[in-house]
Amino acid sequence: MSIIINGSPAALPADPRTSLLDLLRDTLSLPGTKKGCNQGACGACTVLVDGDRILSCLALAVQYDGRHVTTIEGLAEDGALHPLQQAFVVHDGFQCGYCTPGQICSAIGMAAEAKRGIPSHVSEDLSADVVLTRAELQERMSGNLCRCGAHNGIIDAISEYNTEVAA
Amino acid sequence: MNPFRYARADDAADAVALVTAGGTAAFLGGGTNLVDLMRETVARPDSLVDVSGLSDEITETDTGGLLIGAAVRNTALAGHLAVRTRYPLLSRAILGGASAQIRNMATVGGNILQRTRCTYFYDTAGSRCNKRDPGAGCDAIDGFNRIHAILDASPECVATNPSDMCVALAALDATVHIRSLGGARTIAFTDLHRTPGETPEYDTVLEPGDLIVAVELPALPFSAQSTYRKVRDRASYAFALVSVAAALDVQDGRVRDVRLALGGVAHRPWRAWKAEAALRGAPATAQSYRDAADAELADARPLSDNGFKIELARRTIVAVLTELAGPDGEAA
Ligand SMILES: Cc1cc2nc3c(=O)[nH]c(=O)nc-3n(C[C@H](O)[C@H](O)[C@H](O)COP(=O)(O)OP(=O)(O)OC[C@H]3O[C@@H](n4cnc5c(N)ncnc54)[C@H](O)[C@@H]3O)c2cc1C
Ligand code: FES
Ligand code: FES
Repeated sequence: MSIIINGSPAALPADPRTSLLDLLRDTLSLPGTKKGCNQGACGACTVLVDGDRILSCLALAVQYDGRHVTTIEGLAEDGALHPLQQAFVVHDGFQCGYCTPGQICSAIGMAAEAKRGIPSHVSEDLSADVVLTRAELQERMSGNLCRCGAHNGIIDAISEYNTEVAA
Repeated sequence: MNPFRYARADDAADAVALVTAGGTAAFLGGGTNLVDLMRETVARPDSLVDVSGLSDEITETDTGGLLIGAAVRNTALAGHLAVRTRYPLLSRAILGGASAQIRNMATVGGNILQRTRCTYFYDTAGSRCNKRDPGAGCDAIDGFNRIHAILDASPECVATNPSDMCVALAALDATVHIRSLGGARTIAFTDLHRTPGETPEYDTVLEPGDLIVAVELPALPFSAQSTYRKVRDRASYAFALVSVAAALDVQDGRVRDVRLALGGVAHRPWRAWKAEAALRGAPATAQSYRDAADAELADARPLSDNGFKIELARRTIVAVLTELAGPDGEAA
């Protein structure tokens, strides 16, 4: 049984109680993914599994046998920041930075959902193509809290990334 | 979290065999509710049977409805084109719940069987709760009960069902397909969840070992004319204080047919049968909607902190029906 983390296989834990979050942080020494609430309420632990954003604190690692997990550590290529990471720097998308890895992984998963045509709670027409307005971004990112209140910079960064890079 | 064994089921028969093999086994969907409850030691199964990989298909039925596999993720169901166009109230209910990350993990089966968010139910450190510990007493009845039930509560339990998706399924006359050691059977969705009565430890009529394999939506000619409205303490990522799922068919200024269900008000997703009966044939006016809401809420009983829910439910019903009636109805 193994799980692929940022392209490299890792052994699944012997104890099925281990969450994907604890596997990443404690066993694999990948502390970029953060533990905020450990109960699904803050989004700090967001990672991508086969491209979908999920909460690693509520995920039992054994359930993800054979799946591909991407964490914040897996985004930069050849030492160059991922364009969304760069946009967070440019737009002051953080203060303390604790929520940032989760925000960035979440926003990458969100862009893929929008491309697949998944509507949101604020979409007026459920059948129309998704247009990522500011209201759409705020709703779609509501699973990621920021205790420092850097939300405006966060939305600016994601908005730039979606119009210039992900489009 | 207590130790447990983990096994992945190959198919429904395997899942049922594994879960009934002895001990206190539980099925595992996306884990977004059960893992949390196990961490808080509210749930203490000695083994988990993973059914999240079983059926994740949505197929058309011979009678024009949809059959939704229990392992379909909430995001996939809300985003399915047939659901968005034919059952928008279901898409909207799901999209109004939890966060995108949780909806990506959560399965249909797990959402249906998610447990109450009553804080006393979660508080193993000092609160009494008959649902968690039968016979212990209920600290919510005289405690902070702003989020609790106004309909059909009992002296033993005032908890509410927290699911948004379930409110839409109740309105849609959905059917739940069950698999157990005894074979296959179906249950009307509105008969699945219980009133608390003297045994609030049972949320539903399911027996141990009953696996939800699918949910079936019947064809409903006017279900495209439907919506879901959720009222909560913040604009997103919060449970409902009150919610309304409705589908409405207005012809020549009269209500020809209607489906209506409420969330956040009772121990079960609340199908508003009385309001529906009052509405059928009535003029499509705000006065009819108010009368229907009053008929439904006549038996509502407030606790110390949640009296506001009665008026909130009334206004939300009227607002949703007015919106759905559109220009064919007469706003007042
Ligand atoms: C922070 C937070 C906010 C949330 N907000 C909302 C909200 O606003 N609205 C809302 O509706 N929900 C909300 N939720 C709840 C969420 O929708 C549920 O946790 C989710 O739907 C459960 O699905 P799951 O597959 O993860 O279930 P699991 O946690 O895997 O299982 C839940 C229960 O179902 C049983 N089960 C699972 N599958 C089956 C099956 N096929 N047959 C029989 N039994 C089965 C399990 O044994 C368990 O008892 C929230 C959750 C969190 C953590
Ligand atoms: S740590 Fe996972 S949601 Fe807060
Ligand atoms: S930057 Fe501090 S929590 Fe978001």
